[in-house]
Amino acid sequence: MDLSFTPTEEAFREEARTWLAENVPAEPLASMDTPEGFEEHRAWEHILFDAGWAVVSWPERYGGREASLVEWLIFEEEYWASGAPGRVSSNGVSLLAPTIFDFGTPEQQDRFLRPMARGDEIWAQGWSEPDAGSDLAGIKTKAPRDGDHFVIDGQKTWCSRGAFADWFFCLVRTDPDSERHAGLSYLLVPGDTEGLEARAIGRLDGEPGFAELFFDGARVHERFLLGGEGEGWAVAMATTGSERGLNLRAPGRFMAAADRLVDLYKELADSRGPDLDRRDQVVSAWMGAQAYRWQTYATESRLRGGAPIGSEASFMKVLWSELDVELHATALRLLGRDGERADSSWMDGYVFALSGPIYAGTNEIQRNIISERVLGLPRR
Amino acid sequence: MDFSFSDDQIMFQEAVRDLLANECSPEVVRTAWENDTGRSDGLWAALAEMGVVGMTAPEPVGGLGMDETDLVLLLEEAGRAALPEPLLEHTAVGIPTLAEAGGPIAEAWLERAAAGEATLGAGSDDGYAVGAASCDLVLLIGDQVRAVPVDGASLVEHRSIDGSRRLFEIDGNSVVIDADPELAFDRAVGAAAAQCVGVAQHLLDATVEYVAQRYQFGKPVGTYQAVKHHLANTALKIEFARPAARHAAWCIAAGDPDRSRDVSLAKALASEAVDLAARTALQCHGAIGYTFEYDLHLWMKRGWALSAAWGDADWHRNRIAAALGI
Repeated sequence: MDLSFTPTEEAFREEARTWLAENVPAEPLASMDTPEGFEEHRAWEHILFDAGWAVVSWPERYGGREASLVEWLIFEEEYWASGAPGRVSSNGVSLLAPTIFDFGTPEQQDRFLRPMARGDEIWAQGWSEPDAGSDLAGIKTKAPRDGDHFVIDGQKTWCSRGAFADWFFCLVRTDPDSERHAGLSYLLVPGDTEGLEARAIGRLDGEPGFAELFFDGARVHERFLLGGEGEGWAVAMATTGSERGLNLRAPGRFMAAADRLVDLYKELADSRGPDLDRRDQVVSAWMGAQAYRWQTYATESRLRGGAPIGSEASFMKVLWSELDVELHATALRLLGRDGERADSSWMDGYVFALSGPIYAGTNEIQRNIISERVLGLPRR
Repeated sequence: MDFSFSDDQIMFQEAVRDLLANECSPEVVRTAWENDTGRSDGLWAALAEMGVVGMTAPEPVGGLGMDETDLVLLLEEAGRAALPEPLLEHTAVGIPTLAEAGGPIAEAWLERAAAGEATLGAGSDDGYAVGAASCDLVLLIGDQVRAVPVDGASLVEHRSIDGSRRLFEIDGNSVVIDADPELAFDRAVGAAAAQCVGVAQHLLDATVEYVAQRYQFGKPVGTYQAVKHHLANTALKIEFARPAARHAAWCIAAGDPDRSRDVSLAKALASEAVDLAARTALQCHGAIGYTFEYDLHLWMKRGWALSAAWGDADWHRNRIAAALGI
């Protein structure tokens, strides 16, 4: 056990910090869930990519710098501490790319990874349906084979970034007579496919942050099938994390928010005086971010030792999503009457944080996974 | 950045786990509750034989020259087994603090302590010295570290809710030793955190086992989501306390500048974890867990005691606040 950072890791941190200090936009970008903000964020992804910071842990041929996972975690710490913009490409990079690395053909890897990393093609997830949310195996969207194409009919919903995305990664039922986990396939669908219509849905904050997708005879070529036909469930579930990124949300994001919360307390205490109850809540939230940090580094060490990532993903998902709510709720309590002001970034952050315990598998489902697959409790 | 333990460290942990599985049964713990010392018959000698008791002492005085990163796994095991022995006081605090002080006090005690022939206790100025009556020398940690020989000291004993923990106020001739009191305190805090993690893990494991075989309404109660989510919440607390406790051990061993803050982080998280584990364990066991005859309470009470010992979660959150400058 050696929990110091190596000189190489320290040098990497310094390089990232220096570049970010010189390149992070001085003014916040418009929300990525508006048409103009989406393009501003895409342009930022180009800048990151061209400087080699978009996907640090990826192979060089796809635009990465083959950084270690520890270095990726360090980059995330520096990225969020610098106040850099949110990552509009993160659903593709975090949720789809690991699956392409594991299951994609060499042609698919060459076709998709680089444009994804550069933000030239921004991806949205098409998994949930009106009647298949937590119960994802209830997917009804059909895509029977017709020659070398699959023909999709059905509806997807709650596709984050779906109103503007270029591509969709979808779970569909290629065997129309199948049920539950069988007969599903993982299809990559171009956004301009004829017979596909994306309709924006106003999110809680009023922005078109997600979309529903309507498929009416949309034809997708078989070269866009990821993994085996009918093996979509296994493909989708096999890669909840990988050696190129543990998680959709690295600890650095929450460490930065916790540091801002501590600063907010200091600032308000200077004008209003100390409030020990509020201070205790600030410390609790700060502790949560630190706990997540050490648990993530510990998990990375286990992975490096050859252990698969499995259950840790559910622990992490519950932790970061509830921590995010706690961080922002605490800030709003500190702000008191000013918390509700629409120009408060903490309120924006709070509204966004509230989606965390719902998306990517509700926290109730994650707790079921922890109790059944980690603790081994009987399912029924 | 590497959290992994060496093969030797893992082997040491497994050896101690095996020993405790065989020799530290609930019956042994219950015996310690009832005897004069609160300690077991022979376990300390067996641990000395394995090198555990003196492991933190330098090799020239008969120790293994190991540090907190070697000890932390064994402290977790001690918690899992509800070991009624002064591993925290003697091995985690007493020996390293005497070794740091050096001089006549170290010369007088260290070799015998490393061999397990003399037992070191530890307490704080505003806490109790656990098991002081069965120790030979007690270190009291406050603004300074004072060493009090037990022979000739006056002792006032209080019962703990955990029958194996005999709480003492000790007053006697003391000498101030040349050791950093904050470091000594952090050693105790870090060790208590690791033990809390171990206790919490046992409480969780025992409860998982119980709810899988306890039937109501024709199915194991562990199939009900209300029960599952109690246990998942407990597992979460432990999952995030354990790396923090291991990190704290490293901070102590490596002299990290944020040591005190991060030791407090570990103890606050570990205290919260064991508090929740005890609460969950009792609730999910139902009435059987509320009996004295059933073994669960041995760990619940150890958990309650350790959660509060060397600063409870509230106390450590305040210490973190100070470190953060708020």
